[in-house]
Amino acid sequence: MEWDLKEYLASLKYKIKNKPVKFLISLLRAGFIIGVAFVILQPLLTKFAASFMVEPDLYDPTVVWIPRQVTFEHYFDVWEYMDYPSALFNHLTLAVAISIMQLFSCTLVGYGLARFDFKGSSFLFGCVIFTLIVPPQLVLIPMYMNFRFFNILGLFGEEGVNLLGSYWPYVLTSLTTTGLRNGLFIYIMRQFFKGMPRQLEEAAYVDGAGAFRTFFRIMLPGAIPGLVVVFLFAFVWTWNDEFFMSLFIGGQGDFLTQALRNVAHRAVDGDHNLLHTEYASLIRNTGMLFFIAPILFIYVFLQRYFVESIERTGLVG
Amino acid sequence: MNKLNLSLKQKNTIIGYIFCLPFILGFLFFFIRPFLQAVNFSFNELQVTADGFELHFRGISNYMHILLVHPDFIPSFLETIRDMVVDLPLILSFSFFSALVLNQKFKGQTFSRAIFFLPVIMSAGIILRMEQGDYITEAMQQIEQVDYTFSGAALRNLLLQTRLPEGFLEFVLNAVERIPQIIRASGIQIIVFLAGLQSIPRSIYEAAEVEGATSWENFWLITLPMLSPLILTNIVYTIIDSFISPRNELIDLIRNTAFEGAGFGISMAMAIMYFLTILIMLGVVFKILSGWVFYHE
Repeated sequence: MEWDLKEYLASLKYKIKNKPVKFLISLLRAGFIIGVAFVILQPLLTKFAASFMVEPDLYDPTVVWIPRQVTFEHYFDVWEYMDYPSALFNHLTLAVAISIMQLFSCTLVGYGLARFDFKGSSFLFGCVIFTLIVPPQLVLIPMYMNFRFFNILGLFGEEGVNLLGSYWPYVLTSLTTTGLRNGLFIYIMRQFFKGMPRQLEEAAYVDGAGAFRTFFRIMLPGAIPGLVVVFLFAFVWTWNDEFFMSLFIGGQGDFLTQALRNVAHRAVDGDHNLLHTEYASLIRNTGMLFFIAPILFIYVFLQRYFVESIERTGLVG
Repeated sequence: MNKLNLSLKQKNTIIGYIFCLPFILGFLFFFIRPFLQAVNFSFNELQVTADGFELHFRGISNYMHILLVHPDFIPSFLETIRDMVVDLPLILSFSFFSALVLNQKFKGQTFSRAIFFLPVIMSAGIILRMEQGDYITEAMQQIEQVDYTFSGAALRNLLLQTRLPEGFLEFVLNAVERIPQIIRASGIQIIVFLAGLQSIPRSIYEAAEVEGATSWENFWLITLPMLSPLILTNIVYTIIDSFISPRNELIDLIRNTAFEGAGFGISMAMAIMYFLTILIMLGVVFKILSGWVFYHE
């Protein structure tokens, strides 16, 4: 293309004329983003600041962010009270195991609903959406009863077995897509598979591969962005989940959830009068930092992948 | 399978059902069964015995009880529904606006996105519950509230002089107080809208530019219609998100009634009332929006 001086000058003039407007827009944008970022980060910053404070700092009205006396003592205390290494290991193992099981089952179902037009498939999809809009609290008590006296088709004798406190409720619900928000995962995977070209499978079928072989060898490798999104969501929600944890495991498990809930209790030696003091609050807030830290660490590294792959999943289609 | 001489259609049906088997099993045993039991419990009084539980049929008396006798149900029911009605448009418009901003090209765009999505991993489950009634968190919120009451009072006086309808004013003032909550509840919705924005083909905008459309027209005639199906997705998501929020008073009431208060039957009756209300609300929203939503394909 020919370089035209006249055109270039015209565009320069345009640019200069529009500069104040552009500047104003980017100023407004920066203000908006910084304001929102502050609101989002504030709870985290408060906890971080508080974790270095000694108790008198909390009563001191001149102390808001920066403690008068910096102490690291809460970190050592909380590490011990939470039994952190073992609780973290258990929590991480549980979250990874559950996420993998949910990923596996939801991907299968999502693929089945996306690619096979069989009688009743749209009804099944309707059921998936239905499971989403029912508040989990509605099935809380029946679930509790079911796992307390677990029995399917009279397989376990008259009284059934008590599965609460074991991993079985987790395994059973995760493998059958009834875990936390699994309907959403099925929905995401269905949308994702719908967005993949049909020619891939047709080529595989022509070459004589069966439906399952095609699924595992051809479709799964192509679906990695979708799988990553579902895995990350499942992981984060299992990590933070309190509902199923208190329902299935209860208050006595060795996971971060219970460790966090009991940390203040242990810090004041079980004395209920001290449980609502400022000291207990300091310990609790430091404990919350310990709880968030691993997932924040993962997020910092995977954030890019997380956001980009969500954009590519065709969540939207 | 070819040995059975099945048609392609029959084969597809069988394989489809095999793939969907996990869901079918889970739906039957861990969803529909508890769901029907919940409905059943709501018409009964449940007593835990040594080897299981007994049901005593009570008809609709549980429902009559929560509607006519129970002191807390109706207030917290109305408050939860009102919160949802107020929050829903706010969360949707905030996340829509944020997605538009984050979709622009500017320095620090990736970093800003990372922060906007942070609530997805941070403001959830156990952390939110622990923050409730926590001394430090409450002290922080008090600082926030002092600021808001100050600006709120000034704002209130200013707005009252405009003689706008009072209901609208209440809504605006209420909204101002809720800003932090709204922001922290919008993570996923922003992601969904952002993904939607990126999926709009550039060629449409290019064509519009050739036709001489301004960016104002682009927004109303291209961006908004193309994103309209996602508004439905986000409405559904926002509602299911509110179930797990510990700020949801009604859910707390349902839980407490079950384990400490009037018993399982009453608690289930409350949960079913809540569920039916949400179902009706979703139905109304879909009815209103379905005429307006635009599908590209």
